[in-house]
Amino acid sequence: MTMPYYVAPEQVMKDRAEYAQKGIARGRSLVATTYDQGIAIVADNPSRSLHKISEIYDRIAFAGVGKYNEFDQLRVSGIRHADTKGYAYSREDVEARSLANLYAQYLGQVFTHEMKPLEVEILVAELGTGLRPPQLYHIAYEGTITDEDRYAVLGGETETIAQRLDQLWSAEWPLPDALRSAVGALAGPDRTLGGSDLEVAVLAEGNGRRAFRRLVDDELDALLG
Amino acid sequence: MTLPLFSTTDDPGPDFTGLIRRLEVPSPTMMPTGSALFGSNGAGGNSFRHGTTVVALRFADGVVMAGDRRATEGHAIAHRAMQKVFPADRYSAVAIAGAAGPAVEMVRLFQTQLEHYEKVEGVVLSLEGKANQLSQMVREHLPMAMQGLAVVPLFAGYDLARGTGRIFTYDVTGGHYEETEYNATGSGGRDARTTVKLGYRDGLVRDEAVELAIQALYEAADEDSATGGPDLIRGIYPLVATVTAEGFLSIQDDEVAERFSTLIDRRRSEGRQL
Repeated sequence: MTMPYYVAPEQVMKDRAEYAQKGIARGRSLVATTYDQGIAIVADNPSRSLHKISEIYDRIAFAGVGKYNEFDQLRVSGIRHADTKGYAYSREDVEARSLANLYAQYLGQVFTHEMKPLEVEILVAELGTGLRPPQLYHIAYEGTITDEDRYAVLGGETETIAQRLDQLWSAEWPLPDALRSAVGALAGPDRTLGGSDLEVAVLAEGNGRRAFRRLVDDELDALLG
Repeated sequence: MTLPLFSTTDDPGPDFTGLIRRLEVPSPTMMPTGSALFGSNGAGGNSFRHGTTVVALRFADGVVMAGDRRATEGHAIAHRAMQKVFPADRYSAVAIAGAAGPAVEMVRLFQTQLEHYEKVEGVVLSLEGKANQLSQMVREHLPMAMQGLAVVPLFAGYDLARGTGRIFTYDVTGGHYEETEYNATGSGGRDARTTVKLGYRDGLVRDEAVELAIQALYEAADEDSATGGPDLIRGIYPLVATVTAEGFLSIQDDEVAERFSTLIDRRRSEGRQL
């Protein structure tokens, strides 16, 4: 009988993190930023039907990068959580913070207890109200959760993209500026991204109860100038 | 609360009713059933609320839906400003008659179901699909209906694929039937239906259709004690909405009030006893 080799827990965690990071870095990145009317989310995603950004609830949106089947399962469970909560209590009791915590708990648990960590990084965005500013919860593959009130970058090369965006970013900027800068930051100096290479959605005031709206085709092209 | 995750072989899919049953969230489909708690005639002197007349008719651009505001408890008026016409989603409306509690709850479940499907699947259900969903909810409610707590909805919407308004009526068994022109349900439904019948023709414009719906409710309130007319003293008027290619649109109270007062003035000038 062969004895299993002893592997130090540090090594196990390091290997898992490396594995997850590699998986995430293989995919394309995504940027979310606040602007004067709400939150804009821009993903480098040429697909028209396999979405990275979607609606969770009246004022909450979800975005994911990495392995599609894994973040899509998280997206659906988020919708289930929000709809169930809104149905059992009231629509106003559904908030992003508790959902982001649930995601963090789950990702953390999978990372420490399962063989394979989830190769995803997700974002839960919530439109602000009169009392609260807009909130971007960024949750990493191992369950680390950070909240941003300016912008968030998910995927590979996040540092470079964040640096580029940081130089351009300004508070309360209008949507066309926000989109152009976000797209510029995603693309970098060596390539250009047009409307057909992008998936763009906003959470904005003025869309009625459901604040989530996709920007497509002519409307998007006009905004990108 | 934990994240509602299911294994791939056990996934409820886009079905919200199935999901809450799985999660054991109380819903109308989980109401206690058993002995005939309320007797066979629910409308009698029982102490639960009852909603009454709602009407829907097609016109050139879509459908008009209207409902009075009265809820009764036996022979007493229980509520004067009840909402019976609801948006089901952007392009459809649902109106209710029958036991008010379960009816309003059914609407809430139906609204959530449609939105849930849309978000999970990324596409909107077809109008036919929505009508079928409501049918299943009414059917699941049948045991309660047998005990006197019947809910009879009216569903109407704009079919984006066909470019036309469509109306569906239901019975307590969950059967749903498409109406080509108009229909009404509730205790004053018969009077409302007759009124619409006399004024209906193909291709009515929006104003004519709204006018006809208002007349129908006026006549229903005139003949049926459980149907509320325009409450001029409190300023409570029936709810009227249209569903067209632009979506669900509630008609402002001012316009409804104006139309009722024109109707009353006209009757008076004709020397009729209103």
